[in-house]
Amino acid sequence: MTKKMKLSQLSDMLQDLNVESLEGVTIEGDIELNITGGGGLNPALAYAIGSEISQISLHMANIGRILGFPAEQLFASAFGMAEAPQAGQLPTSPKIQELLASKFEVAKVDNWKNPIQEVTLGATSGDGGSRKSTVTIGGENALPYYFDAEMPHRNYVTMDVFDMPIGMAKAVKGNYEDVINDPAEWAKKVVRDFNADMVTIHLISTDPLINDTPAKEAAKVVEDVLQAVDVPIVIGGSGNPEKDPEVLEKAAEVAEGERVLLASASLNLDYERIAKAAMDYGHNVLSWTQLEINAQKELNRKLMKQCNVPRERIVMDPTTAALGYGLDYAYTNMERIRLAGLMGDDELTFPMSSGTTNAWGAREAWMVSSPLNQDSDWGPREYRGPIWEIVTGLALSLAGNDMFMMMHPTSVQVLKEITQTLYGSIESEEIDITNWIGAEV
Amino acid sequence: MKINSPLEAYKFLPATNCGECGEATCMAFAAHLIDRSHKLTDCKPILEEKFKKKYEELDALLAPEIREVEIGVGDKIAKIGGDDVLYRHKLTFFNQTQFAYDVTDSMDEKDLVERVNYIQDFKKFYVGNFLTVDMIAVRCTSKDPAKFAAAVKKVIETTDLPIILCSFDPAVLKAGLEASKGRNPLLYAANKDNWKEVGELALEYDVPVTLFAPDDLDMLKTLAKTFAAMGTEKLVLDPGTYPTGKQLKKTFTNFIKVRRAGIDGDREIAYPIMAVPFTAWMAHDDPVSASYWETVVASVFTIKYGDIMILHSTEPYAMLPELHIRDTIYTDPRKPVTVDPGMYKVGEPTADSPVLVTTNFALTYYTVESDIASNKIDCFLWAIDTDGIGVEAAVAGGQLTAEKIKKGIEESGFDLKKDTTHNTVVIPGLAARLQGDVEDATGANVMVGPADSGRIPGWMEKNWPPQKK
Repeated sequence: MTKKMKLSQLSDMLQDLNVESLEGVTIEGDIELNITGGGGLNPALAYAIGSEISQISLHMANIGRILGFPAEQLFASAFGMAEAPQAGQLPTSPKIQELLASKFEVAKVDNWKNPIQEVTLGATSGDGGSRKSTVTIGGENALPYYFDAEMPHRNYVTMDVFDMPIGMAKAVKGNYEDVINDPAEWAKKVVRDFNADMVTIHLISTDPLINDTPAKEAAKVVEDVLQAVDVPIVIGGSGNPEKDPEVLEKAAEVAEGERVLLASASLNLDYERIAKAAMDYGHNVLSWTQLEINAQKELNRKLMKQCNVPRERIVMDPTTAALGYGLDYAYTNMERIRLAGLMGDDELTFPMSSGTTNAWGAREAWMVSSPLNQDSDWGPREYRGPIWEIVTGLALSLAGNDMFMMMHPTSVQVLKEITQTLYGSIESEEIDITNWIGAEV
Repeated sequence: MKINSPLEAYKFLPATNCGECGEATCMAFAAHLIDRSHKLTDCKPILEEKFKKKYEELDALLAPEIREVEIGVGDKIAKIGGDDVLYRHKLTFFNQTQFAYDVTDSMDEKDLVERVNYIQDFKKFYVGNFLTVDMIAVRCTSKDPAKFAAAVKKVIETTDLPIILCSFDPAVLKAGLEASKGRNPLLYAANKDNWKEVGELALEYDVPVTLFAPDDLDMLKTLAKTFAAMGTEKLVLDPGTYPTGKQLKKTFTNFIKVRRAGIDGDREIAYPIMAVPFTAWMAHDDPVSASYWETVVASVFTIKYGDIMILHSTEPYAMLPELHIRDTIYTDPRKPVTVDPGMYKVGEPTADSPVLVTTNFALTYYTVESDIASNKIDCFLWAIDTDGIGVEAAVAGGQLTAEKIKKGIEESGFDLKKDTTHNTVVIPGLAARLQGDVEDATGANVMVGPADSGRIPGWMEKNWPPQKK
């Protein structure tokens, strides 16, 4: 606006002086005057321009005074007619008219040299099993989804099936009421309706403190599940350290050749028996420790050195604590394990599995409302529960976890969506966010 | 931080071991400077004129790699940035991600006030404190500076929370700045088109400003460099948060790149980063899906380097997980979280009730406590001082021993013979090997409980009360 006014005034003035053209004189910016010319400037013209510029600046100064700026002081100080007031003067920072171009660069991480071991779960008929397809996890050369190296495999979800009805959060239970007494139908349902990549059959009824189901009987359930679905499976015991070796031995036997994941070998039970069962019948071993990186190293070492389990048959479960209940330990434990593996610790270069279902242990996931009356309203639990499971899993996916054991269909769907988005396999319509502020929401 | 050993910091200190900072020696103080648990200004002598040069040198060496930026004023002032590491276990992350929830200048006044009040009052009790959210982002959707100013005015009348002024129109931002004078709001945002005017506003009003260059890191860095030359480093970087698909993957990559470059020492781009999970609402029509996806995007960028974010959903099922994932990531991993050692009564125990032992590792303790309480078992529960280490590791590491258990019970003035009818202690299954030692030390019967406190109810049914010998 100011620029326009000055130009028109200047040309008016030049008209009066009968100057026909104004070549070599340009006015730029708001106050900058740039005078160039071939062989010097006509003194009369220079005087005239000088006069007009002074007129303009007086005019501008008047506007300044109307706006409250003490312009006369500025003139006085500029021409040495008075002392400039010291106070109130702004520091002079250079007026920048153009962007100062800068190029963004960042290096790739140079000490991630050790790839994570690839482990294949399940075996097809060509490999002595009866699965229709297999799942391969691991193989990373960088933290998950990082640009430093391509991530070779996406994350996978194995959904929980139990060999007896168990207590579940209401939001979970509603999905399984029709199959709760039939593990085979349950397994079918999670694959068919809930898009499970794999199924975990937990033989919890074998616990002497629960039903003390004999190992042989429990193994029948494994056979049923293998019949019912054609995805790779995980077989879990009850967590009873005395009974589990026997239960997993029998289960391994009936699943011979299927390359299942036996869950779990741990330091507080006879891991040798479990490792041997895996070797004898062609399965993988889940190496489970409790939030302790050194214990994880120790167990992996024992499985490899003492039990001769090949590297491509070991998956780690370093323990999942729920959001709000120790997820900070679980997250950092996994992140440290993955970084140590990438940087060369061969006792930790294994893919990881998370018991993400543990998120349902958090009261925020299942309670109707907060037990504390000072809390703000917790809102409906049917929405709170699944997101608790999602965020727990998502955090661990960013720490390097490969496979998720999960329970709620919505959680599975959303976790798959976000992990596969970060992995790069989800296409979606492009969205223009340049004017997001004005979005009608 | 440009140095990483206490020795390097020590060289600059007065070396008088005066103790004014609370540490016995200057070397100890130096160690705390390196782990950032003391500030240099805690050393009074170095503030004296004669040490001025050393103070300035050391201060520069200790400055965090990512600049710290302040938003707001007074009690509610928010600091963002200030990080020195890419992984929390390497030190800790500082200045937790600030959550700003939006309002618009097109809302009617009653709705606006109600929403602001809901946001500022939202709280969730957790480990002795309330988790709360932090800021109000005022979006200009009216395109009218006067309307925007009125909305800003209403917001600051209603809350002391810091605010973010959101518009790409300098005239609107100026109106907002006039309406919120003295509140040090964050300007959102300068971009490649309006940078000159917005930059001048930031300088004139002396407020922090966000630079927005969606999926263009060269432009982002160019803007940051230009603003620094104009005279302000109170900058926040928004590389654009695209809500879905390959664009979201790119956003993730951009966040990683910007923070890595900053931590690696590229000062031109070492500023706090803003995420805008709000954009999830541009991809989803259904409010539950939008809330869910916004929470998911917010979680990703709370974990990966977002220092401040603008959100829309105020549903508890969005805010609760957001608050907890932030707490997860920003909890200082160097501090083992402990409960006070001693006796805790769960329910209403009598002389017939069992005496259970666990550790003072907060996570263990609270897990055991809630497993017992939720099954309505009355008992005496001892948190033995294991320096905050869990049962399994404490048995292996010698922090949980028979002597410690004996001492713990005795120190709380409890007499197993007099105060119980059974003179029995139940130790954790993971401490089974201490059974004989504890019997010898305490003279009591010792029973081994389950390895997982989730199994205490089943164990109790089978084993309690104990058989009389």
